Amino acid sequence: MSRGPLIAKDLVKVFPDGTRALDGVSVSAAPGKVLTLLGPSGCGKSTLLRIIAGLEHATSGSIELDGRRLDDRAPGERDVGFVFQNYALYPHLSVAANLGLALEVRGVGREERERRVRETAERLGIGELLARRPAQLSGGQQQRVALGRALARRPRLYLLDEPLSNLDALLREDMRAELKALFAGVDASVVYVTHDQSEAMSLSDRVAVMRHGRVLQCASPLELYARPATLFVGTFVGGPRMTVWHGVRDSDSLAVGGVRVPVPAGLPGGPRLAVGIRPEDVIVSDGPLRDGLEVVRRLAEPLGARTLLTLEAGGQIARAMAEPREWPERLWMAWPQNRLHWFDAETEARLEPGGGG
Amino acid sequence: MSGAPPRAAPRPAWLLALGVTAMVAWSLGPALWQALTAIKPDAQITRVPTVYLPQPPTLEHVRRLFERLPFEAYLANSAWVATWAMLLCVAIAALAAAALARMPGPGRLRLLLVLLFISLFPPILLLFPLYEGVRALGWINHPIALILPYAALNLPLAVWVLESAFRQLPREIDEAARVDGLAPIARLWRIHLPLAMPSVVTAAILVFIFCWNEFMLALTFMTRHDAKTVTAGIASVGSASLFEIPWGQLSAAIVVATLPLVFLVLLFERRIASGLTRGALKG
Repeated sequence: MSRGPLIAKDLVKVFPDGTRALDGVSVSAAPGKVLTLLGPSGCGKSTLLRIIAGLEHATSGSIELDGRRLDDRAPGERDVGFVFQNYALYPHLSVAANLGLALEVRGVGREERERRVRETAERLGIGELLARRPAQLSGGQQQRVALGRALARRPRLYLLDEPLSNLDALLREDMRAELKALFAGVDASVVYVTHDQSEAMSLSDRVAVMRHGRVLQCASPLELYARPATLFVGTFVGGPRMTVWHGVRDSDSLAVGGVRVPVPAGLPGGPRLAVGIRPEDVIVSDGPLRDGLEVVRRLAEPLGARTLLTLEAGGQIARAMAEPREWPERLWMAWPQNRLHWFDAETEARLEPGGGG
Repeated sequence: MSGAPPRAAPRPAWLLALGVTAMVAWSLGPALWQALTAIKPDAQITRVPTVYLPQPPTLEHVRRLFERLPFEAYLANSAWVATWAMLLCVAIAALAAAALARMPGPGRLRLLLVLLFISLFPPILLLFPLYEGVRALGWINHPIALILPYAALNLPLAVWVLESAFRQLPREIDEAARVDGLAPIARLWRIHLPLAMPSVVTAAILVFIFCWNEFMLALTFMTRHDAKTVTAGIASVGSASLFEIPWGQLSAAIVVATLPLVFLVLLFERRIASGLTRGALKG
């Protein structure tokens, strides 16, 4: 069954109190693909999801799914499955009734309904729990029922609002992998909201990073990581956080406190720049490095596979992912020029050496 | 969970027992006196010094009551009127409450206050206009003359009880039901009402009790014996004899009229399953 994409265009949402939750957002999600809306709380990602579901109305803009305009349809007529952050199961109904309600409303016959509910429950490993009430389930099981409620109806679009945020860390990781496998098997689009960048990176085909009601960048996880379009995307995506140094440009270098960072030839932008370097791109050594800085180790956090070092040079702090071993107090750090991310300090936009960007 | 919270110093048990006894005596005393009078032989009712326990207890008053008056018809009329008024009232209140509970902005509170304000008017103000209306419609001695006003007069109470119950239901459950395609009435019937069942039962019982106990409209609109409700019927117990007040029969009538309410409350008290919303939300 081939389906069309979800296309949201120029969505604006102004709440009655004047808050501009969405400020001209356009996103699209291809069938069978996972689009994640990623951003800090208050960035408008949940509002966008709720508008797509029909639970809120956009002030202006349009939404199209599979070639149909959705704007004037009630939530129940949009053919979407929604997974709520707090699950929102019907507490007075059995698991089977929770899964089957939407099918019943849509007039699916009893036998077909029971077959689909059983099938969905088996797939999610909750086949034994169909007769239970939500209060008799663990958090992880409730989570599965919430997912199952969306899956059982086989909608044209899946909408998930931070579905893993109420699970403990271990369970979350398992469920993340399971979700990924689950999404791979559906031909409908998935829109997934989260504030957890690692969740976004691992689950998505495309990620839209949002802030202040706008989409800053919409790209594949790898592209997002490799070429963040703004300073905010650079620091929000990837963990541990990118180190950012602000400085003033003079001729061919950037003065950052007591440190000078060579600016690549032909880098556009104004006099004030920000340069970002990811901890995993930093090279550290006990001895001198070519083009390196002598630094003082302030902190060493062993993470197992790597050790995260916090280093200081000329009053500037940088973080580096280093080999997991003991490091001396004084050491050297360097970075490959092509791994630096340059941003205009005023506009926060990414700058590419050799024009434009 | 690490350790139980420190407990407050235990109050002496006798203090609690004393308080409870005093309260029970205060509220049940008159009812008990009434019940004792209902089964006391006539001679002992007025004797000085007071006879507390009837010797021997008698059902004579109850027998005479049903003999002299169509008291079973009164009871049936009351049950009929109160049941329909309760159903009508709760149905309309549920619709209003469901809408009010999710109403954005300041309109919700204003409407609720208007309802409260309306319920402050003494019903006697309504008696004459209502009487004119009932007479014009030819509804004198017809149960609908009581059912409609009873349902209307109790709407504010029922709306307040249900609105606060509906408002406490997690909004996400509503939204899940909307996404699942349930129409507003279906949401009310299948989600709101079952989840708010304790409050629905509470509202229904309160409305039923009011309707059962209402006297003024019942006395005015129901003039024929076979149309009277039980409160109006009790009034005719006393007025039926000229030279004496039949205390025994009056008490018997009051006890017989009250017993159905007592049974009703006891029955539903067990049915009010609380904590139904547990497990709806995580976190």
